[in-house]
Amino acid sequence: MRIAGRGLYDQNRKVSFTFDGRKVEGVNGDTVASALLANDIRLVGRSFKYHRPRGILTAGSEEANALITVGRGAAAEPNLRATVQEVFDGLETRSQNRWPSLAVDALAVNDLMAPFFGAGFYYKTFMWPRKFWEGLYEPFIRRAAGLGALSGQHNEDHYERAFAHCDILVIGGGPAGLMAALTAARSGADVILADEDSRFGGRLLAETGTIDGLPGHQWAEGIVAELATMPNVRLMTRTTVTGAYDGGTFGALERVAQHLPRADHLPRECFWRIVAKRAVLCAGALERPVAFADNDRPGIMNAGAVRAYVNRWGVAPGREVAIFCNNDSAHDTARDLIAAGVRVAAVIDSRAEAPKSDDYRVIAGGVVTGTRGRQGLREIAVTQDGKESRIAADCLAVSGGWNPSVHLTCHMNGRPVWDATLLAFVPRPGSVPGLSTAGACNGRFATSDCLADGVEAAKVALSELGLKAADIAVPQAGAGDYRIEALWAVPGKRRAWLDFQNDVTVKDVRLAAQENFSSVEHMKRYTTQGMSPDQGKNSNVAALAVLADATGRGIPETGTTTYRPPFVPVPIAAMGAGAQGKGFAPQRFTTSHQASVDRHAPMIEAGLWYRPSYFPRPGETHWRQSCDREVTMVRKTVGICDVSTLGKIDIQGKDAAQFLDFVYTNTFSTLPVGRVRYGLMLREDGHVLDDGTTARLSDSHFVMTTTTAAAGLVMRHLEFVAQVLRPELDVQCVSVTEQWAQFGVAGPLSRDLLASLVDDPITDEALPYMGVTDVSVGGVAARLFRISFSGERAYEIAVPARYGQSLYRQLVAQAEVMGGGPYGMEALNVLRIEKGFITHAEIHGRTTAFDIGADRMVSRKKDCIGQAAAARPGLVDENREQLVGLKPVNPDAAVSAGAHLFRSADPATRVNDQGYVTSVCWSPTLTSNLALAFLKNGRARHGERVRLVDHLRKIETLCVVCDPQFLDPEGGRMRG
Amino acid sequence: MRLTCPHCGERDRREFYYAGSAEQLQRPARDAGEGAWNDYLHNRDNPAGDTRDLWYHESGCGAWLVVSRNTVTHAIASIELAAEVKR
Repeated sequence: MRIAGRGLYDQNRKVSFTFDGRKVEGVNGDTVASALLANDIRLVGRSFKYHRPRGILTAGSEEANALITVGRGAAAEPNLRATVQEVFDGLETRSQNRWPSLAVDALAVNDLMAPFFGAGFYYKTFMWPRKFWEGLYEPFIRRAAGLGALSGQHNEDHYERAFAHCDILVIGGGPAGLMAALTAARSGADVILADEDSRFGGRLLAETGTIDGLPGHQWAEGIVAELATMPNVRLMTRTTVTGAYDGGTFGALERVAQHLPRADHLPRECFWRIVAKRAVLCAGALERPVAFADNDRPGIMNAGAVRAYVNRWGVAPGREVAIFCNNDSAHDTARDLIAAGVRVAAVIDSRAEAPKSDDYRVIAGGVVTGTRGRQGLREIAVTQDGKESRIAADCLAVSGGWNPSVHLTCHMNGRPVWDATLLAFVPRPGSVPGLSTAGACNGRFATSDCLADGVEAAKVALSELGLKAADIAVPQAGAGDYRIEALWAVPGKRRAWLDFQNDVTVKDVRLAAQENFSSVEHMKRYTTQGMSPDQGKNSNVAALAVLADATGRGIPETGTTTYRPPFVPVPIAAMGAGAQGKGFAPQRFTTSHQASVDRHAPMIEAGLWYRPSYFPRPGETHWRQSCDREVTMVRKTVGICDVSTLGKIDIQGKDAAQFLDFVYTNTFSTLPVGRVRYGLMLREDGHVLDDGTTARLSDSHFVMTTTTAAAGLVMRHLEFVAQVLRPELDVQCVSVTEQWAQFGVAGPLSRDLLASLVDDPITDEALPYMGVTDVSVGGVAARLFRISFSGERAYEIAVPARYGQSLYRQLVAQAEVMGGGPYGMEALNVLRIEKGFITHAEIHGRTTAFDIGADRMVSRKKDCIGQAAAARPGLVDENREQLVGLKPVNPDAAVSAGAHLFRSADPATRVNDQGYVTSVCWSPTLTSNLALAFLKNGRARHGERVRLVDHLRKIETLCVVCDPQFLDPEGGRMRG
Repeated sequence: MRLTCPHCGERDRREFYYAGSAEQLQRPARDAGEGAWNDYLHNRDNPAGDTRDLWYHESGCGAWLVVSRNTVTHAIASIELAAEVKR
């Protein structure tokens, strides 16, 4: 019911939205919860397990019951809290976990079966027959239990990630936070003030006390107005700081557009990483309920939330309100209700010495022992001095005390301290380096204390930063008493809820203790206490108090479960903003990318790079046709391939040659200027790291190529060797992969093709196989290497990247004139398999130089990375799997990478395994399928027949073991 | 987590690559024997407390760093250039 003239919002500014299809009218400033209560809608959801009718419990992000789905279709977002979601015209909301409707829910039958559904029921009940679990029990439980559901459709919504830096981050904009921010800002610090609410003020918005003679919310407005004018302050509303991490880093979730009609230019939410030199936590406190029989009916809510609805939103949650408490704060609820003209049926205060009042009836030493009203509270049972009486009430405001919001102080393994006066956990100082606490989250509940604390915490932070604190007067406000006596659960036989969200009752916790799940962490997992989206904010302390009672330990000895980030649920969409589809990883394009796309080449990913798979010509309908043609083209005429993706590392310095001798297994100091050498690199553990060619451009200047996949790895490795192992060497390495565009020109006509484009003559005398020389192409200085990855006469020409596109188009055009053309990755792969050249399919991290037949490349004349470990007996054992070629006896018979090898007479089982296949292709040159494989003692087994078996693809092929160099083993074709 | 690179200043840990214990600075001689090489390659302490490890400022200046930190408190005591530690 809306109370005319009450609240902070203009009741004439109407807003219309829907709840379960029903039109609901609210006012601008309402949350869904306040608007529903204003319309006397008390039933808002169904509970997780028992499908009990549930109403609104709180007025903040800690809400346990009022979870709703907002929006429709792909944009529908489940499990939003009605107490946080602001209303706007056209907002669509739906209740959850009910069928066919909220009022008539078929699975409410679960509640009748509650005796079977106690803690751990699924461990006990659904044990037999075993095969029923997967097909019947689990699907049923999943359907029956739960909250909102995702749409299952692709989410088109836009989210954002952002970073911010500041001197002082103030978390929470209540009285403590506002004073901390003001003190820091006036002293010249860069300040971020973040609050999860839509406006600053914290509890000041919900209470009626005054500060410096002004109503609290008006005072807060004044402070915010000053902060808003200061250039060194960033005010962030609707921003929940979700976690505290190392080095002053905080996560925060900003609800950018959740309160607005959909607008494409705004992200829904933004996930912030805020780096602060100091932080002041002013997170306030959360009220906790008391467990008593049937305490979960709609209409039973926290007493502080009732004050918030009355004072902030001008909404009475009931017409006849009873109050049940064990502390003073709930008496404010009675006073505020009366001031707003709402009837207070009684204040049931469990303390014998409860404050007396002339304005309302106080039942001192009484407790609530039962409630009635299936879909909303009608009546409560009160027991005082052993006598039970009934009181009519449609709302029961409950306060079991307040828990300081210590969460962030515990995110780095800090444990809170039990305060026996407050009956609550308070932060352990210093739990998060650089973070201090002020106000209610520090156990200082009075407004005057919050204000003073905020100033003090800011002053400490400022002095730690070396900033002089501005003079600032602490405003005057009410001191207020907070007295409390322990009351966690009212004794009784009926179920009394602790965790409303996961349907955990006092009985469940006692059962856990009885079954020896008595550690708080075990109890949590056995009962699911605190494992719901509210993470036990409403229930954990009471639950562990019940556990402490059941086990006979004290609360401090029982301890808390671990508080972990995030403080509120954070959508993965926000954390991973921008990382969908193409945004998942950066894309690297070569200079020939557009030319390849223009020729309709399918592009495949190679690390972050995109490379052409093959270049289809008219009439070709299958990749194999294109690939076979391209292979034959290279073998007979000439082909062009962009090899710019290979890592290129420029190595210079007086000791560069000595450095290369140390990182490569073979020797580079003997390499003459103008020559190129193939090199093999090991990891220190003796296995192959990478291979590639390195050219010597001068005495002290080399350029190394790495494989595409390992470019970053090798760069890191070289820097490791240069800086960590051999800092005495004069050598510098820099990656020049992106600076040079490099193209392979391969085939018998490659020299002729280059001769027609390069300004200088190309002779075999000046540029023999494995030579390098500077040339000019179209007036541009270029490097020309004579190296081959195809087994044909071949060159690689490198130009500064800005000329890459132009050179590539010229090379391809000229090749086509000569009967050749571009070739892609598929052909490249076939060409190298025919020659037995290895890639990372073979040097996959578990193979040694010995395995790939390159043992003689490990020089013993010098030390090198991996040399010592590579000599271990296990790494040179002749029974290791060694690189071999395989040719199927029937050339057309299928071979597959990943297949395993067996002796022809052995069954194809694990114990008989002789090796495995790494690379396969159809060779148009040899008109046969080919495979590279690792076979036990393979080099001694050339000529033997082995069985290739692929259980997954149902392939079984008899193959002959041979030399991995299928084609031209003498190398005459590439040497020319 | 934030690391202060001696070249670049304080940076987010995402800019760095972690490479394990700074024991890797003490590479044995090639003929140091199996025991020494086994220790160097494979055996590491797992301290609850102070530790020294190597980080690479991969998305920054490319410096290898020796970071002294505490595995329990996550406090960072010092960050030095590996090349200078070795010299």
